[in-house]
Amino acid sequence: MKQLHELTISEVHVGYLNKDFTCVDLVKHLLNRIKKYNPKLNVFLALNENVLKQAEAIDKEIAEKGIDRELLGIPMAIKDNFLTVGISTTASSNILKGFMPQYESSVTSKLLTAGAIFIGKTNMDSFAHGSSTETSDFGPTHNPWNPEKLPGGSSGGSAAAISAQFVTVALGSETAGSIRQPAAWCGVTGFKPTYGRAGRYGCIAMASSTDSPGPIARTVADTALIANVISGQDPFDATTSPTPVGDYPSFLNKKDLKGIKIGLVKEYLMTSMSDEVKKLILEAADKFKELGATVEEISLMNPKYAIGVYTVVQRSEVSSNLARFDGIRFGHTRDSFGEETKRRIMLGTYTLSSGYYDAYYKKAQAVRTKMIDQFAEIFKSYDAVIGAVSPGPALSIGATKNQPMFGEMEDVLVEQSSVSGLTSVGVPCGFVDDLPIGLQITCDQFQEAKALMIADCYQRHTDFNLFPDLDKTL
Amino acid sequence: MKITPLIGLEVHVELETKSKMFCGCPADHFGKVPNTQTCPVCLGLPGALPVPNKKAIESCMKIGLALNCSVNRLSKFDRKQYFYPDLAKGYQISQYDQPFCSGGFLNLDSGKTIGIERVHQEEDTGKLQHTVLNGEKVTLVDFNRSGVPLVEIVSKPDMSSSSEAKEYLKKIHEIIRTIEVSNADMEKGQMRLEPTVNICIEDNSGSHFTPLVEIKNINSFNFAVQAIEYEVKRQVEEFEKTGIEKTPNNKTTRGYDSVKKITFLQRSKEEAKDYRYFPEPDIPPFIIENEVIEMLRRELPLLPDQKIADLVKLGVEERFAKLVYNRQEVMNVLDVIARKNDEAIPANDININRLVSLMANGKIDIKKDVIAQYDSLTKVGITDTTQLTQIVQNIIDDNPSIVAEYKKGKINVVGFFVGQAMKATKGSADPKTLSTIISDLLVK
Amino acid sequence: MHKVTILPEEVKKIAKLANLKLQPVEVNLFAEQFTQTVDIINQLNEVDTSAVAATYQITGLVNVTREDIVDTARVLPQTVALSGAKLTSNGFFVVPRIIDTEETESVI
Repeated sequence: MKQLHELTISEVHVGYLNKDFTCVDLVKHLLNRIKKYNPKLNVFLALNENVLKQAEAIDKEIAEKGIDRELLGIPMAIKDNFLTVGISTTASSNILKGFMPQYESSVTSKLLTAGAIFIGKTNMDSFAHGSSTETSDFGPTHNPWNPEKLPGGSSGGSAAAISAQFVTVALGSETAGSIRQPAAWCGVTGFKPTYGRAGRYGCIAMASSTDSPGPIARTVADTALIANVISGQDPFDATTSPTPVGDYPSFLNKKDLKGIKIGLVKEYLMTSMSDEVKKLILEAADKFKELGATVEEISLMNPKYAIGVYTVVQRSEVSSNLARFDGIRFGHTRDSFGEETKRRIMLGTYTLSSGYYDAYYKKAQAVRTKMIDQFAEIFKSYDAVIGAVSPGPALSIGATKNQPMFGEMEDVLVEQSSVSGLTSVGVPCGFVDDLPIGLQITCDQFQEAKALMIADCYQRHTDFNLFPDLDKTL
Repeated sequence: MKITPLIGLEVHVELETKSKMFCGCPADHFGKVPNTQTCPVCLGLPGALPVPNKKAIESCMKIGLALNCSVNRLSKFDRKQYFYPDLAKGYQISQYDQPFCSGGFLNLDSGKTIGIERVHQEEDTGKLQHTVLNGEKVTLVDFNRSGVPLVEIVSKPDMSSSSEAKEYLKKIHEIIRTIEVSNADMEKGQMRLEPTVNICIEDNSGSHFTPLVEIKNINSFNFAVQAIEYEVKRQVEEFEKTGIEKTPNNKTTRGYDSVKKITFLQRSKEEAKDYRYFPEPDIPPFIIENEVIEMLRRELPLLPDQKIADLVKLGVEERFAKLVYNRQEVMNVLDVIARKNDEAIPANDININRLVSLMANGKIDIKKDVIAQYDSLTKVGITDTTQLTQIVQNIIDDNPSIVAEYKKGKINVVGFFVGQAMKATKGSADPKTLSTIISDLLVK
Repeated sequence: MHKVTILPEEVKKIAKLANLKLQPVEVNLFAEQFTQTVDIINQLNEVDTSAVAATYQITGLVNVTREDIVDTARVLPQTVALSGAKLTSNGFFVVPRIIDTEETESVI
């Protein structure tokens, strides 16, 4: 008999309908769990003070109308870079300490309309600057598998929230790996939609040209349900696409992958990766073959160039996006920025400054074109490309100190797909040193259905979707 | 020594749209309670994103077309970055190297052509107010104006005198109002000007150019004239003293003091500003096809120069045409008459030029029957002296008491006789001839 | 050997542009770190981009605009607009007096 914190979205709904438990029951159960384990994990920065009242209202709705909204009564953790009215939003930075948003983000608005209930806001790398959650001004989040390890980032809090089973589903965002990498390090499923698939209005901007809101959840199926809700053209975001949203869950539950052609990226296996991780990836490739897919080795541009592209583009855009934080209309003064944030603003200001713009920003965007073109070419012959999400398992707390390029190095395998705006699913594919390893399945722009279908098939035919026993690990 | 001023003008026009440039807040901000017309976008709150106003873009292109610019096929928005309390985002969304319009011109009455470098779109900032609060010097900020659509018109430095500059400004002002994209009310700050001045000094040693000076804080055409004249004089004197010539790095900014009627240095540091322009990642670029450009061109009303030219074609002298082309009631009348002529309905054989001059000087009241007034004013009345003499003699014979008053010295009774005679002839007597006859007969 | 060495003087200039106040120890640290970072960025010069244009927009979207209508739903009441500020007065945001001559000035 599954416990309340082990349920997927549909299992929660079945429970509600069968009157096995109420929304209030579920929320109280989760809050108790959070009370017990969060102090050691530092997943949540703020809890929703109105959650029980909202749960009561939901129970009333269920009693009167049944489950008439896709996410009715589903408890969620929201990454703290999404503006949520009534719950503080800080992007894990002191400069926004105590900030109560004046408006709701597009994505959380859609989630609320679909009936979701927010448990709280999760810790992240300060302003999403990092791949560890260690640059948070409020302390790092600890990996539920091993609290001396980092959860990854920047959506580390959201990934840990799923791994620790504090909520049913979580919301994160990815600029270059920030959904997939923490999902990989925490052993959960993360889904990055195509850039422009979900609206960024109300998501505190990091790199405007790559930021993509997306779900982190227990299963691919749950991420597909969230994707359905948050995707679609947003009138408040000029970079969202009018491409119709597919009904993602309807593409799942395929029994095999016959006819699917998969590219295994050679360069991703050549980077400084431990042999054990390589082994897991090759085993994953074998699994795909077993499921009927064709798997071939393919070559992409050396991933090291993605580091350069991402570093320049991201820091340039960040330096500009954080200019509005001047302490006049909201927040505190600019000396409240953390070290990593200051560093990124400075470097971005430098790369955009006169005399350097052509050499850095323009050059980076030209190399980006080559990456995009290369992927477009590959996707003419392949349905998806796969590889590890991260060169190794979760690193220890403190590993990021004095490493200004830490994030970029860690994200070397995911940066190319992020800067090209592609869609990708990260799923667990095994363990190394008792820590989870994640596999990425990347598809072309607006091929979310395909990416989810492949990932879902793989996940249902493997046993890596595990969750730590916190009484043992903490 | 030959001195040639090189004057360029940058004009900012506040567009009259319903909503702001990148959000749906009302654009009509003048006189509103502070910070009541803002939203996350124009207030620069975290996470807010811009979505451009279609009408504002069309207005920008219309201004460009009216100024003979090309509307560029490819264009985009860029971020212009600097810190100032009235700039909510820490950057202004503007256009840098791919503006909506470029390469136009405006002709002055002398026939001289003033080149227009570009016409581009940007957003306005909030408003600052300096004051003292609790003994401390502070600045108050109101963001109602933040995000209101602006169009910037940049001329080439082709003007060589303050009067040319004033004429240019007046013509720009008129064009803007004609195409109805803005009221361009200077007092409300809906049209703002910034001259850039330097001079070319030619002497025995060759041509020398003084450093560029941008003059700010000018809010009337007359102040612009004064500031330019002062600045030209100042630059000549400065050059004679120092011999410093223009370099790419020594442009300065000066403010204009309308009380002392001088310009003064505004920034002591001569560093060029680094705005770190880069393409606005939140707004996709624009590809403007020819059909769209032609559609906008067709939507343009007739511009002042065109209206004047059309009147001249009709036979109106240019000096009269310039007096009436912008008076809608007059143009409406002409429209009707011209049409009548086209349809070959026997018109009243109207001399259009004479008609226009009468309407221009107010002798014809446009609200009343124009043709009738024209007829009575221009018709030459009965001049047959024999007929008129008889009529006048009759009136004199009928009014001996009034004749007596005339003989006593009341000369203005002539008016009475004129009036009677006009009545008798049903208004068709020629007034001049009448006067003469009456005077002659009365004397007898 | 670094291709480009970034000096503390340059870092100070950038800090001014970025409106950040740095401690001397930060200035030196950043100078060192940026020099390393720029080495990595300069690797991009190994890629031949002579035949491609820069990509500023990966969506491929063009001509995205909105109609000129007032969106009353998003207009914030004055109290809400001011709610995040530390210092307000009579409906205005308040900042210490700006000196218009030195470092900054309004561009319009």
